Amino acid sequence: MDYHSVSTFAQSYGLLYLFGLFILVLIYALWPKNKEKFDKAAQIPLEED
Amino acid sequence: MNLLWLAFTIVGVLLGVMLSAKAADPTMMLHGMVFSLASVLSAFALIARHYRNASGPLLADANGSVNYNTEIVKAGVIASTFWGVVGFAVGLVIALQLAFPVLNFDLPWTNFGRLRPLHTSAVIFAFGGNILIMTSFHVVQRTCRARLAGDIAPWFVFWGYQLFIVLAATGYVLGVTQSKEYAEPEWYVDIWLTVVWVVYLLVFLGTIWKRQEKHIYVANWFYLAFIVTIAMLHIVNNLSVPVSLAGVKSYSLFAGVQSALTQWWYGHNAVGFFLTAGFLGIMYYFIPKRVNRPVYSYRLSIIHFWSLIFLYIWAGPHHLHYTALPDWAQTLGMTFSIMLWMPSWGGMINGLMTLSGAWDKLRTDPVVRFLVTSVAFYGMSTFEGPLMSIKAVNALSHYTDWTIGHVHSGALGWVAYISFGALYFLTPVMWKRKSLYSDALVNLHFWISTVGILLYITAMWVSGILQGLMWRAYDAFGFLEYSFSETVEAMHPFYVIRALGGALFLIGALIMVYNLWRTARGDVRAKEVGSLVPNMEFAGAR
Repeated sequence: MDYHSVSTFAQSYGLLYLFGLFILVLIYALWPKNKEKFDKAAQIPLEED
Repeated sequence: MNLLWLAFTIVGVLLGVMLSAKAADPTMMLHGMVFSLASVLSAFALIARHYRNASGPLLADANGSVNYNTEIVKAGVIASTFWGVVGFAVGLVIALQLAFPVLNFDLPWTNFGRLRPLHTSAVIFAFGGNILIMTSFHVVQRTCRARLAGDIAPWFVFWGYQLFIVLAATGYVLGVTQSKEYAEPEWYVDIWLTVVWVVYLLVFLGTIWKRQEKHIYVANWFYLAFIVTIAMLHIVNNLSVPVSLAGVKSYSLFAGVQSALTQWWYGHNAVGFFLTAGFLGIMYYFIPKRVNRPVYSYRLSIIHFWSLIFLYIWAGPHHLHYTALPDWAQTLGMTFSIMLWMPSWGGMINGLMTLSGAWDKLRTDPVVRFLVTSVAFYGMSTFEGPLMSIKAVNALSHYTDWTIGHVHSGALGWVAYISFGALYFLTPVMWKRKSLYSDALVNLHFWISTVGILLYITAMWVSGILQGLMWRAYDAFGFLEYSFSETVEAMHPFYVIRALGGALFLIGALIMVYNLWRTARGDVRAKEVGSLVPNMEFAGAR
């Protein structure tokens, strides 16, 4: 494993992997079914005793 | 458990005495003594605590509601306010030293080179760090509806962190430094901070673990990212080999451009995760709390969080433009810095829009004014930062005062203002008071320090661009137009203006200290009775 192979891996699969993870985050955040859950979560600081 | 902690203090005493006795240099002798003294004091505190409340704290009070650990938050309010004033004061001293070099006094201990890291560490780690630890302990308890995990562990984190500050600060003044910006403490202080930080992580995770709220509120994600990432950055950047186990000096594991890149990977992510992610945790709790509205978009807060996490870690190389660092790495750092515009502004919009429908509070509640202005400064400095990371702009701005101005619009405008907002919010809540002592003084603090910040950053813009242009000016024969000392002379008026701005900022902080102290005592300013913004969590008392 030399510098070249590590950097090639990082610049191809590494990039795709991280980008894929980020797309999953976007899907999770914007999924219509999750809206209610997030609306409830937003109330947490205001509901405390 | 108590006995285990007591055993640790005994080990601490012995370790300190041994280091002191075997010390290879005077500073290690002093620091060994400080360490064993701190261990003795901890042992006394542990024993006294044991006889005071043998049964330990209750998890719930008589009404069945959670018995939050408020003592640790109170201690944090006091410590962060104290270190804030110290850090701002040292900042003013070094600003005056730059304007009037005679103030270096020709003594090694008061030299700018030693006081400058004292200032940066005092404001970032002592003030900012205590604010982050304190607010994270408050927010994680409240949003998880669970008492802070551990009985003695949170106090170990608090006092252990203060010991780290004392060891680092006394070291700087005595000339001990590993010469890495924002990571100046030597190897033994780094190890101590690592121990404290791991316990901090465990206390935070332990509280999340026993939460009664199913969802982990977004502020806690930001805090957790801050704690975990700082641990990683701190450990990697400080990998070094001490010359002797009883001496202060060590050598870094990295050399040359690798060392530079590791340092700025650390340095820029200290900005990203200490001064940004952690303080965004404050924003996402304290703004909704103070204006009594949920965050504008919870979805946006999730996207804000993850895009910040994915992007920030790559931005460090922009500190090394036009150096031995490979060009592709410089371009990578620049590109990711530009991309950071999106999450930064998304987060700013999310914070500001939380006020929609409650904008009148900006007029009626001076604490909201602090919080909102801080978010505006966050937007401004995160616009300026990526701009300065563009190579062509950096060619002018790098090594000039523009950088100093940029850092301070973020540090004074964003970090300190959101911290002041949190302090003004928490003091009446923690000491169970109906309101602050005075809202007029909050307002006065706001305007004095805002004028101070504006003087500071405008002076540094002008001085920085002037300096950059003078450095690159050529005459008709292709020679440099100005000598270095001419540029220094040209900057003098701006250094005086900057020091004036710093003085105003310090005066504002002292007004806050007075106001918070009177609030904690339970006083109300006679003129303002009836018109003060009430503490919404007020349950009784005063």
